[in-house]
Amino acid sequence: MKTYRLVPLIFLLLSSLGLVFSEMSPSFVINEVITRFIRDGVLVLALLVPIAAGMGINFAVTIGAMSAQVGLLVVIIMQYPGLAGFFIAGFISLLIAMVLGYILGRALNRVKGREMITTIIIGFLGNGIYQFIFLAGYGTFIKPLNQEILLSRGIGVRNMVDLISYRNIMDKIWMLEIGSIRIPLFMILLVLTFCLLITYLMNSRLGQQFKVVGQDINKAETLGFNVNRIRIQAMVISTVTACLGQLFYLQNMGMMNVYTAHQNSDIFSAAALLAGGATIKQANVRNVIIGVFLFHSLFIVSPQAGQNLFGNAALGEYFRSFVAYGTIAVALIFNLREAKRAVH
Amino acid sequence: MLKGRQNAAQIIILFFLGLMVLLAWHSGLSNTRLLNDSLVRLFMNGILVLSLLPMLKVGAGINYGLPVGIQAGLLGMCAAVNYRLTGISGLFAALLFACIGGVLFGYAYARILNLLKGKEEIAGIFIGFAFVFIMSFFWAVAPFSNAGMLWPIGGKGLRPTIGLDNYFSKVLNKLWVLNLGDIILPVGMGLFFALLCLLLYAFYKTKIGIASTAVGENENFARLSGIDVERIRILAIILSTVLAAVGICIYAQSYGFVELYDAPLMMAFPAASAILIGGSMGAGTSIIQVIIGTFLFQSVYVYTGPIANTLLLPEVSEIVRVIIVNGIILYALLYEGRREKA
Repeated sequence: MKTYRLVPLIFLLLSSLGLVFSEMSPSFVINEVITRFIRDGVLVLALLVPIAAGMGINFAVTIGAMSAQVGLLVVIIMQYPGLAGFFIAGFISLLIAMVLGYILGRALNRVKGREMITTIIIGFLGNGIYQFIFLAGYGTFIKPLNQEILLSRGIGVRNMVDLISYRNIMDKIWMLEIGSIRIPLFMILLVLTFCLLITYLMNSRLGQQFKVVGQDINKAETLGFNVNRIRIQAMVISTVTACLGQLFYLQNMGMMNVYTAHQNSDIFSAAALLAGGATIKQANVRNVIIGVFLFHSLFIVSPQAGQNLFGNAALGEYFRSFVAYGTIAVALIFNLREAKRAVH
Repeated sequence: MLKGRQNAAQIIILFFLGLMVLLAWHSGLSNTRLLNDSLVRLFMNGILVLSLLPMLKVGAGINYGLPVGIQAGLLGMCAAVNYRLTGISGLFAALLFACIGGVLFGYAYARILNLLKGKEEIAGIFIGFAFVFIMSFFWAVAPFSNAGMLWPIGGKGLRPTIGLDNYFSKVLNKLWVLNLGDIILPVGMGLFFALLCLLLYAFYKTKIGIASTAVGENENFARLSGIDVERIRILAIILSTVLAAVGICIYAQSYGFVELYDAPLMMAFPAASAILIGGSMGAGTSIIQVIIGTFLFQSVYVYTGPIANTLLLPEVSEIVRVIIVNGIILYALLYEGRREKA
């Protein structure tokens, strides 16, 4: 049995054990997992296209997530409330995501073979620039039209920004309640629609091109594919999807931590995808769905399990952080080994 | 010595630094003080940056798994503090424990990295991150007994920051201090750093050192000339890990605190950008480049603090540092990418 097929089983075992030791009610966990699924599902989907195109895990999904936050901050600063405001935010975010996705693609074309580390560094750099703009720029080179989110010293946006007028705008549509389990049907359908869209995309002509480039970049080049263009397209699609994912995430949260909301979106999405049995060479929508459920169940139960087992909830948190990073490390180790074996 | 585009990064940093010197002068800050601080920070951080060298020279790339070695150093210091060892001897006991830990961790780390030739950097990042949380778990349950290290309430698990005031805080900084008017030179710490640089320099003159450079320059050629590549790589990675362990001890004694849990998470990146700004070029990197790079990087670090403070935005200095650190690494990545293609 290939190692990566074991990964979902290990996660299933760990989260079941965690569930037992945490003594949480299964319906609570299911509710939470459903919430996580609609929050994070699309963000995880954003990883699929670059993997197919042979660029590995796109840790720069944080760039897409930041684009979404910029869009939301713009409508908050301009004070456009409600559904209209949310759509304007979406429009601005997607524009930014497209431009940044293009730049990302251009950058990654210069570092073929080292895309993953480059996306990590670009994510960190983008984070720095984003924080600089809103912490030092708002009130100096950006006019502080909305005084409510201004820090008292007159420069910088507050840490927490209320998204109350956009909160659960989409979640509330078609809410089903079965016993103690609440199902936001519209959002689930929306996330599933995105799953279908990505599946459709992968089977379209463009998707086939991604796969050809992903399998063997030199062969694709000799076959006459415009490799660089295809890779840029992959990054644009990924960044735009991540941006949409973060918009869904934030409208579900109803609050935005301006400086940190985007920060772990890359690691958690990547770990969730790999938990679903994906590899850094191959991933599909099934991996996304299974992975989000497995990874987030573990995520939800582990602090309480740590509390009950060792009398210390922090231990559960260290454990889940270890699992997130460790899953990625293990996936890298095994995939790179397999790739090497294939060469020899 | 250095050519073309690689030099551009250094020119940008020098230009930036020149601007900062002017700004500092303009806002009435003492440039002598600031440059003096940069020098002290070179001795404080230099060994951590130096620790990247053995892995670079053996062709294993930049060691983004620096937290692995750092954890060994933290372990060494915690052991020394636990036995209440003080003064210079306390520091050296900590260094000894750190080296033992470094050899063990380094060996395991090397065995993993030997499976991943050519992808050490990306794997190192995540091995380092994952290891930070394994050790966090350990810090929370480890059977240390010195009450000064433990949480005051409950008395179980180590504190996130352990003050070294009663143990070996600044012992090396205070060893043989030379006062030259405005300039204060910590000669002891400087000599310690210089000694390690010299030892490493001497190592690269020995047979094993030369073999290690040969592996870094051309692995297949080295193998054909009868060098046991796997063993040399293991040795180099252990050396990197041990140096990282020593590096964090020197850093912590200078800082005055041992920082545990997720503090080492991001430590690899400033070190990486310091060595890159020195003009690091893979296996050809020299110790001089490490020293120049660290000094330039630390000057930028020292200058951003007070200048951001005088502009009334203290948090911004940290953000500017993040931008500089990652900007440098990204520049190097993009530049190297182009070089490989050519």
